[in-house]
Amino acid sequence: MCLGIPGQIIEITDADRLMAMADISGVKREVSLACIATADLQALVGEWALIHVGFAMSVIDADEAAKTLEALRGLGEAQETLEAMAEGAAAVGRQTAGLTEGAQ
Amino acid sequence: MRYVEEFRDPVAARGVLRAITEIVDEIGATREKPVHIMEICGGHTHAIFRYGLDRLTPAGIEFIHGPGCPVCVLPMSRIDECVEIAERAQVIFTTFGDAMRVPGTRKSLMQAKADGADIRMVYSPLDALEIARRNPDREVVFFGLGFETTTPSTALTIQQAAREGTGNFSVFCNHITVPPPIKALLDDPHMVLDGFVGPGHVSMVIGTHPYDFIARDCGKPIVVAGFEPLDLLQSVLMVLEQIRDGRAEVENQYARVVPEHGNAVSLAAIADVYEPRPTFEWRGLGEIDASGLRIRDAYSAFDAEEKFGVGYGAGPRTVAEPEGCACGQVMTGRIKPTGCPQYGTGCTPEMPLGALMVSSEGACAAYYQYGATEAESVEAAD
Repeated sequence: MCLGIPGQIIEITDADRLMAMADISGVKREVSLACIATADLQALVGEWALIHVGFAMSVIDADEAAKTLEALRGLGEAQETLEAMAEGAAAVGRQTAGLTEGAQ
Repeated sequence: MRYVEEFRDPVAARGVLRAITEIVDEIGATREKPVHIMEICGGHTHAIFRYGLDRLTPAGIEFIHGPGCPVCVLPMSRIDECVEIAERAQVIFTTFGDAMRVPGTRKSLMQAKADGADIRMVYSPLDALEIARRNPDREVVFFGLGFETTTPSTALTIQQAAREGTGNFSVFCNHITVPPPIKALLDDPHMVLDGFVGPGHVSMVIGTHPYDFIARDCGKPIVVAGFEPLDLLQSVLMVLEQIRDGRAEVENQYARVVPEHGNAVSLAAIADVYEPRPTFEWRGLGEIDASGLRIRDAYSAFDAEEKFGVGYGAGPRTVAEPEGCACGQVMTGRIKPTGCPQYGTGCTPEMPLGALMVSSEGACAAYYQYGATEAESVEAAD
């Protein structure tokens, strides 16, 4: 459970709280950029990051993201994380946009 | 080499395996007298079994599965405390799904939920904070569990709760740290370890220097590794090269993700919110000095131990493991999972008796999921 999953940062949603929307295997999820934030937050849009329990922990390149995702899918970790995100969204009582698109 | 074809780059994998075999021959390691390499991280344990790395590598290498699966090292009394908090009328208890099926002495969180406690699985501590915002008349508790990869997330969430004054949110902190149990294992005279494969994503947070004592003081090699099967093979090769050369160093195979000094923001958040407990109990390993974290007094308003008077040190510490459960011996490498009398009969992933069978990162669950299938297919082929 200490593994991060690659996601692509697609939009800054709350610059003051360092929050952004990320695309994690086709599922949209709001994540915190606190651990990777730089002065120019917008520069992170389009970047890939390793995301762990809702926090972007490390910026990685697209090739590393693809390789890591493949390794996590092989272990069933990617599916588990996506299920956990859906579970979390349900617990909070909000809709998770893009959930029906499923894994890529 | 039935699994090599599953590698992203089978040619590279074969090359690394050849180099591993050569060194194993060169240093004279055999099935009877193997080199013992511990993979610390539960994710690595899972990957080793999933890709059959224990079978692909020569018999002269024996993998010892380390204490790096957070739910596996969680004593039953911690789950009992979770249940005690969760069963209070005003509480919404939130947790990562991994902890739901871990057995307590009375019941698991799953059973407590079935009995009517308001227990909700969340993906992130931020979800728990949001539940607290939306339910101001309830007490929302998050079960803070996990190693240094996860600790920054609860630290940052507590800081956020403090900033916005969400007073009905608290964390039941049971975070643990990787280096102290490694030190305890190395100090154990029964443990014969020749080298380590270090955790990848934990090291992304803490960097590589917390492992310096392993090389400097204990004279053992450690290589921080990524999660692809090829990463793991390369790391095993790097450990073997150090053994062959008589070196003991901290090396970083996963430098593309793991910075030498870790993640500054994460480390600052951890230091701001948490402090080491004098000692903490690990399932199978007992009490280990400075291996667990507690919430600092400055954030005591968000500390579930303070709020509910429950927690480490407040009640009896150690409770006996279930009868026949040998998780402790498996954890310390004294026996293999199949050496436990309950393995596969009284203890299965569907009905776990011991924690090592609960998580896919636990050695017993990995043996059961991959080892048992292998044995059956061999029998079927005969």
